[in-house]
Amino acid sequence: MNTETKASILKAKIEKDFNANKSLIFKNGSTFMNDIRSRAFERFCAIGFPDIKMEEWRFTNLAPVLSKDYSQHFTPPDSLFDLEKVFRCEVHDLDTYTVTQLNNWYAEKHIPLCHLPNGVIIGSLAKAMEAHPDIIEKHFSKYTSFEDNGITALNTAFAQDGVFIFIPDGVEMDKPIQIISIIDAEENMLVQPRNLIILGKNSKLSLVHCDHTIKHKSTLINTVSEIFLDEGSVMDHYKMQNKDNNSALIATTCFHQEANSQLTTNTIVLNGGLVRNNLNIKLNGRGSHADLYGLYLVDKTQHMDNTTFVDHVAPETTSNELYKGIVDDQAHAVFSGKILVRRDAQKVNAFQSNKNLLLTDEATVNTKPHLEIYADDVKCSHGATVGQMNPDEMFYLRSRGISEENARMLLMYAFADEIVTKISVEALRERVCQLVSKRLKGELSICDQCVLHCNENKLPEFEIDMSKI
Amino acid sequence: MLSIKNLKVSIHNKKILNGLNLEVKAGEVHAIMGPNGTGKSTLASVIAGRDIFEVTEGSITYQGKNLLDIAPEIRSREGIFLGFQYPVEIPGVSITNFMKTAVNEHRKYKGLEPLTASQFLALMEEKKKLVELQTTLTNRSVNEGFSGGEKKKNEIFQMAMLEPTLAILDETDSGLDIDALRIVANGVNKLRTKNNAFIIITHYQRLLDYIIPDFVHVLFEGKIVKTGGKELALELEEKGYDWIKKELEEKASV
Repeated sequence: MNTETKASILKAKIEKDFNANKSLIFKNGSTFMNDIRSRAFERFCAIGFPDIKMEEWRFTNLAPVLSKDYSQHFTPPDSLFDLEKVFRCEVHDLDTYTVTQLNNWYAEKHIPLCHLPNGVIIGSLAKAMEAHPDIIEKHFSKYTSFEDNGITALNTAFAQDGVFIFIPDGVEMDKPIQIISIIDAEENMLVQPRNLIILGKNSKLSLVHCDHTIKHKSTLINTVSEIFLDEGSVMDHYKMQNKDNNSALIATTCFHQEANSQLTTNTIVLNGGLVRNNLNIKLNGRGSHADLYGLYLVDKTQHMDNTTFVDHVAPETTSNELYKGIVDDQAHAVFSGKILVRRDAQKVNAFQSNKNLLLTDEATVNTKPHLEIYADDVKCSHGATVGQMNPDEMFYLRSRGISEENARMLLMYAFADEIVTKISVEALRERVCQLVSKRLKGELSICDQCVLHCNENKLPEFEIDMSKI
Repeated sequence: MLSIKNLKVSIHNKKILNGLNLEVKAGEVHAIMGPNGTGKSTLASVIAGRDIFEVTEGSITYQGKNLLDIAPEIRSREGIFLGFQYPVEIPGVSITNFMKTAVNEHRKYKGLEPLTASQFLALMEEKKKLVELQTTLTNRSVNEGFSGGEKKKNEIFQMAMLEPTLAILDETDSGLDIDALRIVANGVNKLRTKNNAFIIITHYQRLLDYIIPDFVHVLFEGKIVKTGGKELALELEEKGYDWIKKELEEKASV
């Protein structure tokens, strides 16, 4: 049986699951929610999964992933209520509000929806659907479209739970919020978290989102996050991905930015069997700005695809994008970056750059930067490089007594450092520094704890000190 | 210490060194001069172990070892240092990190414990003074955005950190103003002992006013064609290289 047929078997199974579990999926939803779910389901049935014949999926073939059998759970697992046993959270220096997600479920049994004194709401999307239908109806599914996107349609149809964050107008969060998404699968599972994050006018938030898997079963994770930045709001967004090689992750993150809002998003992909990040940013209000940074470290037979789309809708909007990748062994990395400047979006500045370091002859990079410009008074540029280790730099380091291996390490680290230094949360930056250096040395394993809390602090007898003294 | 015999080197089938001989003993300073394109930098690179050059004939022996069999990092740990004519900029690698790694690799090779962070910082402070290096320099990436003078000072600083037995300075004086030249020369003089040796490649006599050489060699068409004392440098400064070319032609016609 070819993989295409297998994908249609999975599709049929998902359709059957939806119809059989409708009462559970629709349980806590309003008419509004259930109407969206039904329409999304219809779209998924009509479109199905993407395949490599589609331009946007040319370099990422989902067929092998879709040829497996996955189950979906429509009620929270029992372990949700014993999360401490599954996952021990030890925040060292990173002082954050931590929220945890187990599979797609928001995992705080006592306080499913936490209301802080300043009006901030952090909690379960499922609960927010019940408690704050006004907010949900205003924002849910408004910043992502499932009309012609099977993956988003699938997520929307099954959207049951996820993280909900609401920051009221004028509130500046004193410390970052950290979302830890854990996948704990006893069997092959399809997991579909749905997150909604809203920043009110002139509010401020640092959000750290860590993706993590615990058990080594095959999981297909299809997550969709919608993030709304109202006028003048400021957001630092960090996405850390450290998944095991059995997992396939399709993460769609859609930002909608109103006037003068400022976004910095930083995607660090350390590990994953197959990772596809769809990052969509809509600069909808005049003067809004987005910085997009990304770092992907790919080896063995891993596949990582970062597809970004920056949509300059309003005039005087600016974006600056830099993605860097180190690709080793037989790994495959994909970067596809589109910048669209709409007709009335004059005085737009948009810059995009993708740089890749290939370590072996068998490693592959497909990079596809593209611009579509319909306004005439704009400044745009894009560029992509794929290169190998610079022999002059290698020789310089080795001529000082540094071994070939360490010289490579220093240069790889230096290459990655340009992205790491963009992280403005200091404790996080230091942690990422360590993780990247461990990863480059091949020492980073999928530990039983969150990517940020690896418990190994002891340094080997002698190693390159990556911290700046 | 260093013995080069009949060294022939080419790159992309183009002959650059053509039967070069050179003997360097501990405690000596050798200056190598000569017109552009005669193979001075090639000689420096080959001693340091750059692999883009092909050694077709001859030998380089350093402290009794066949140098040509040894990787560049081992040559460095064995005490060879090359001060680059054009030091490479390496964004993202801090000088501190770079030097700490290098110093500790040298120590490991000698069977010594790595330096602790504080020991290392103390060593850096001490050596920085030697080349009058400003504090800010060490927080930066290797050579990134450095002026010509800063890059050369940084080379001498690295030399001071690694304490080589044989240092080759490839046109360290080019592009330096008179103050920087003095600082660089002072650095070299302070590091001079009876146990180490220097090969100084230069176009100008003025560096040799500060660093007094024991020998001056003229490299021409891939060979050393004339050797003299420090007065040879003065003569070259005054007369240029034409008289040497003439001498060679006369010899050839005899």
